[in-house]
Amino acid sequence: MSEMLVTLALILGKLLFIFGVVLFMAAYLVLAERKILGRMQLRYGPNRVGPFGLMQPLADVIKLLTKEDFVPARADKWLFLIAPGITAVTALLVFAVIPFGPTLEIFGRQVPLVVVDLNIGVLYFLGVSSMAVYGVVLGGWASNSKYSLLGGVRGLSQMVSYELSLGLSLVPVIMMARSFSLTDIVMAQQSIPFMLLNPVAFGVFFICVLAESNRIPFDLPEAENELVGGFHTEYSGMRFGLFFVGEYINMVVLGSLVTVFFLGGWHGPWLPPLLWFLFKVLAVCAMFIWIRASMPRLRYDQLMNLGWKILLPLSLVNILVTGAVLLGLG
Amino acid sequence: MHVIRGIRGTFQPFWVTLRNMFRKPVTIQYPEEKQQLPERYRARLILTRDPDGAERCVACHLCSAACPVDCISMQAAEAEDGRRYGAWFRINFTRCIFCGLCTEACPTLAIQVTADFELAGRDPLKLVYEKEDLLVDHCGNNNSYNFYRQSGIGVAAPRGTNPGETPPADVKDLMP
Repeated sequence: MSEMLVTLALILGKLLFIFGVVLFMAAYLVLAERKILGRMQLRYGPNRVGPFGLMQPLADVIKLLTKEDFVPARADKWLFLIAPGITAVTALLVFAVIPFGPTLEIFGRQVPLVVVDLNIGVLYFLGVSSMAVYGVVLGGWASNSKYSLLGGVRGLSQMVSYELSLGLSLVPVIMMARSFSLTDIVMAQQSIPFMLLNPVAFGVFFICVLAESNRIPFDLPEAENELVGGFHTEYSGMRFGLFFVGEYINMVVLGSLVTVFFLGGWHGPWLPPLLWFLFKVLAVCAMFIWIRASMPRLRYDQLMNLGWKILLPLSLVNILVTGAVLLGLG
Repeated sequence: MHVIRGIRGTFQPFWVTLRNMFRKPVTIQYPEEKQQLPERYRARLILTRDPDGAERCVACHLCSAACPVDCISMQAAEAEDGRRYGAWFRINFTRCIFCGLCTEACPTLAIQVTADFELAGRDPLKLVYEKEDLLVDHCGNNNSYNFYRQSGIGVAAPRGTNPGETPPADVKDLMP
C-alpha cells in the first residue's frame, strides 16, 4: 500500500515539476522570442517592465486576465469556450511520454525521469499531437467569422499534409532504435545521435515539426496579414492567452521531441544529463525563432507542393534506404 | 539556375538576421533619449508678438478658414486706437492635425508652429488651448516683422511714416 502511495507521490512530483518547468519556459520563450526577433530587426524588444523587461510575461498575464472575455454573437458557445483549452492541454499531454533524464536512484528506488514510459510512446505522441489541430479547427469554426473559418480550414489541411510525413520520418528512427518507446530511442543514441546517422529523416521531421507548431514559415492558420488573426481572430482575454501559451508550450514540447528523436536526448559529455536536455531543447527553440525572423510565409499551394510532392516521397524513399542499410549491416 | 537562386534565397536571410542581431538597434528610447527634430518641425501652435511687444494677431479669421479640421476659432474685437485683436482665440489640439496651413495663411505671422510635440494628456478638455495658453512673449521665427508698420492704415503710426511709405499727397496743394 505504502509502495503504491510513494509511486503515486513520485508521479505527482514529476507532473508538478514538468508542469512548472514547461509553463515557465513557455512564458519566458515569449519574452525571448520577442527580444531576439527585436534584435534581429534592429529593435530592442520589450525592455520596460522590470530589469531588461524580465517581468513582461507577468504584465502580459495581468493584461490578458483583466480583458473582457468576449464571445461573438451567434458563435457556437461551447466549442468556442473549450477550443483554446484543447490546444494547450494536448500540447501539455505530449510531455507525459518525453524522457528528460536518465533513471535516478532515490532512496534505493529506480525513478525514471519520465511521467509514463509508454511502450508505444511514438504512436501516443503522433495521436495526441494531431488532436491539437482540433483546437485550431473548432476555434475557427465556432467563432462564426469568415477569417477564423479560413484559418481553421487551413490548419486542418496543413495538418493532413504534414502529419503523414511527420509519422513517416519517424519510421527510420524506430527502425534504428528497434522500439516505439521514447526512452529506448534515447538509449539507442548513446554513442551517436540519429541526426548524424539519418540527416534526411531529421530534415523532414524538423520541417514537419515547424508545420505542426503553426509557426512561420507555416503559420497559414494565423496569417496576420491575410486573415486578421486567423483562427484566433475573435478571441480575447485569457482565451486568446491560452492559444498563445499553447503555441509556446507546443514549441517546448516539439523542441523536446526533436531532442529525443534526433539530438540524443540527455546524452552529452561533461554536463549533467538534465542540463544537456534543457540546452538542446533551448537550442531547437532558438532555431525556431531564428527561422521565424528569417523566412517569409509560404503560399498555400507552395505548402501543399512541399508537403505532398517533396517531403512525403522523400520520407518514403528514406525508409526504404534505411531499411536496406540496416539489413545490409545485419 | 533558379534552383541555385532559390537555395541562396533560402539561406541568405539567416545570415542577414544573424548579422543584425549583433548590431546596435536603431531604436530611440523615447522618454530617456529624444529625437533630434528638424528645424522646421510642425507641432504645437503659438501666437507670437511683434518686436514692439504687441500681439500680432489681428483676428482676420484666415487661419480658421484655412484649417482643414476647423480647430481654430476666435472672436474679433477692435481696440480704441483701431488695432484689431482677438477677444478670445481658441485652438482645439485634440482636432489639430499639425498641417501648418494656418501659419501659411496668416498675413501677420502671428500664428506659428513650434517643435514641442509632447502634448499628450488624459483629459481632452485640457488640450483646448485658450489665448493665454497660446500667446508667447517672443517673435517666433521672425524678429523684425511688424504688420502695422508694413501695411497698417495709420493705426500704430501716422500715415506715411512707415518704412517705404511716402507721406500722402496734400490734395489742397498744387506743388508736385
